[in-house]
Amino acid sequence: MAGSISEPDPSEPLVQGAEHARQLGPLSSPRPALDLELRNVSKRYDRARTAAIEDLSLTVGAGEVCVLVGPSGSGKTTAMRLINRLIPLSGGEILLGGRSVLDRAEVELRREIGYVIQQVGLFPHHTVAENIATVPRLLGWRREQIADRTRELLELIGMDPEEMGPRYPAALSGGQRQRVGVARALAADPPLLLMDEPFGAIDPITRARLQDEFLALQARVRKTVVFVTHDIDEAIKMGDRVAVLRQGGTLAQYATPSELLCAPADDFVAAFVGADRGLKRLGLSTLAEIELPDAGALNGDSPRVPDSMTLRDALSTLLLGGGAPLVVLDAANQVRGQFTLEVAGAILHSPDGAGAC
Amino acid sequence: MLIAAGGPVIPDFNTGAFACERANPLFCFDWFSRNWGGVLWPALREHVLLTVVAVAIGFAISSVLAILAYRRRWLERPIVAVTLVLYTIPSIALFELLVPIRGLGLSIRSAEVALVSYTLLILFRNILTGLRAVPEEVLDAARGMGMSSRQLLWRVELPLALPAIVAGLRIATVTVISLATIAPLIGVQSLGTPIFAAIGNNLFKTELIAAGGLAVALGLFADGAFVLAQRALTPWTRAR
Amino acid sequence: MSAALRFILRDGQVPGAGPLPSLIHLTLSTLAVSGIGIGIALVVALPIGIGLGHLHRGSFIAINIGNLWRSLPSLAVLAIAVAFLGLGLVNVEAALIVLAVPPIVTNAYVAVDGVDRDLVDAARGMGMTQWEVLARVELPLSLPLIFAGIRTAAVFVVATTTISALAGYSGTLGDVINNETSYRTYGVLGGAICVALLALTVEVVLAGVQRALTPRGLLRGTSGRPL
Repeated sequence: MAGSISEPDPSEPLVQGAEHARQLGPLSSPRPALDLELRNVSKRYDRARTAAIEDLSLTVGAGEVCVLVGPSGSGKTTAMRLINRLIPLSGGEILLGGRSVLDRAEVELRREIGYVIQQVGLFPHHTVAENIATVPRLLGWRREQIADRTRELLELIGMDPEEMGPRYPAALSGGQRQRVGVARALAADPPLLLMDEPFGAIDPITRARLQDEFLALQARVRKTVVFVTHDIDEAIKMGDRVAVLRQGGTLAQYATPSELLCAPADDFVAAFVGADRGLKRLGLSTLAEIELPDAGALNGDSPRVPDSMTLRDALSTLLLGGGAPLVVLDAANQVRGQFTLEVAGAILHSPDGAGAC
Repeated sequence: MLIAAGGPVIPDFNTGAFACERANPLFCFDWFSRNWGGVLWPALREHVLLTVVAVAIGFAISSVLAILAYRRRWLERPIVAVTLVLYTIPSIALFELLVPIRGLGLSIRSAEVALVSYTLLILFRNILTGLRAVPEEVLDAARGMGMSSRQLLWRVELPLALPAIVAGLRIATVTVISLATIAPLIGVQSLGTPIFAAIGNNLFKTELIAAGGLAVALGLFADGAFVLAQRALTPWTRAR
Repeated sequence: MSAALRFILRDGQVPGAGPLPSLIHLTLSTLAVSGIGIGIALVVALPIGIGLGHLHRGSFIAINIGNLWRSLPSLAVLAIAVAFLGLGLVNVEAALIVLAVPPIVTNAYVAVDGVDRDLVDAARGMGMTQWEVLARVELPLSLPLIFAGIRTAAVFVVATTTISALAGYSGTLGDVINNETSYRTYGVLGGAICVALLALTVEVVLAGVQRALTPRGLLRGTSGRPL
């Protein structure tokens, strides 16, 4: 799982139980995601000399994850909150599925957009199930619909509905709360999801796991997502496209992770991305995606690595081993080939390989 | 027990056993049971009525004031100032001060106005504190999900303020129960009526202890009831 | 109303009723009785409340004594005390002290017990003795809440002192209110006004003292935000 885009299987239901959901009332079928467009968006606070956001334009395709990343003061959270009108727009337009967000009442708009924040904000006085049911209840769904949908979502985030549904947030761990927060945001099947540093307050190990889980989920439900973070590594991992914002809220670059790493638009982006962007690029591909020479006569002592490992981790393992070749295994534990310093070098030089820009 | 010798026996529903009053021991169960229906129970009933009405009205007024002050911060100071003055005035004085006001006079209305005044400070403060204690991120998440201001208030802010609100109701109710014993000063019936009567009757201990004891018991009962109510209404505060 | 004000200005005399006790005299004696009661109550209650709070012990008693206290109708307590001990300053004071102690204990306990444990920890880590921690950290931070308890108790004692007239004890402003036959309606009203003013004055004075004693950095507006 290295941030690559995989095509959804059209015959597979987008969400577990979608067939069942289809029979129930207003949510007759899983809704298609919508695209999001920001046109010359600006936000200026009355007495401030500089704008929080200046002339921001970008488009997020339907079903894509767009990550807004930048240092503090770059307006990334502000930009996100402009979309669901928690902050009023000073200039420009925001279009969701071609329709201006100003087109309907704030409250109505927000019920169509999933919203996940860093501290989650689960209602302490509602059970996990009741929390998830919040927007469906606001929309007036029938009780059975809500119950089914809640069960569906709990299973989606890997929780047992019978056991976890009746629990209160105070009894959950940080990671569990975040998952429930995401489930709550998805409850009414919104076409757009806004996430503001959702994994920021979690320990690194749990964070990595939550990131992977979210990517797996996204592969199934295919929502349009705007994801805010200050962590460039998270941005590269999670985003289909990444928007780097500068202090003062201007767009420095909007590109895929690969393009961003290969060709940073200017010194600011280069510095923000980090001097190790060469290595970061290698993190975008796995051993499974490249050609490997035959393992041949390598003995059993050689270290074995799965082909799901990223090139970056493979190179790291190589270096640790003093350059000794690695045996690469596929998913069925069969030998696929070997990885050596020569292979690594070849990748970096080849015009079409993973190392190329 | 001494039998009253000589003199006509005048039936008096208010004070059954002469012997008990004259000897004035600690407590005569006899007197108690004989006067329960005629003296103590009606006094208790009136007392409960006074209390319930006062707390209900006080709660209604305080809730409105608290929600207003929650939305507009500047209102807090003046409201606290006024309710504090009302709260500080000793009951004996406040009851009397209300009498000359037109429309009140020596009636249950004066008593209720006075008792309501004593509930305002504590209820206002507690409701406001409760509302303010709602975590910021919960409000952000609720608004972001599309709750209107009214839905926010009823589904999130007020429920989360419940512990503080119930604590305030508990204190206010017990306070009113205690203060309502002064009501007979302006001619209103309550558990204070038998207390006053006992004082006037050469400190008749049985009646004093009976009525005083009932007032204390009522207060403790109300206190306990609110504790249970809070546990029942806020199950999430126990989850860990 | 105006009759009541004139009554006050006449120092509590009612024309045609013979000499009545001076209003000023009654006020002062009310203050004195209350003052003694509160004073002794403070001496008894503060060490107990602060001590228990500092040691973080006895929370059940300290908090429930406050609840129990609120349930006691002061008139009943006074009347019972007088019934058993007889009338007299000492007996009335005993009742007042018993009534004044609980709110002071409860508030002092909650205040000192509730001081941020991290602060106490830091203080001990810096080498302060238990007494120094109490005097330099816990007490200054607990002051507002302790004082709130003292204010509550003080106003309560003033009120109860006047109520003692209903229980048969004479010598306080309560006499005026209890004696409509001698003082007439306007006199009673005037007495009530005096009682109210007395209580409010005590409250305001104590609030001022509290403000003066609170360390600058802790001063907060009623909204809870630092000034």
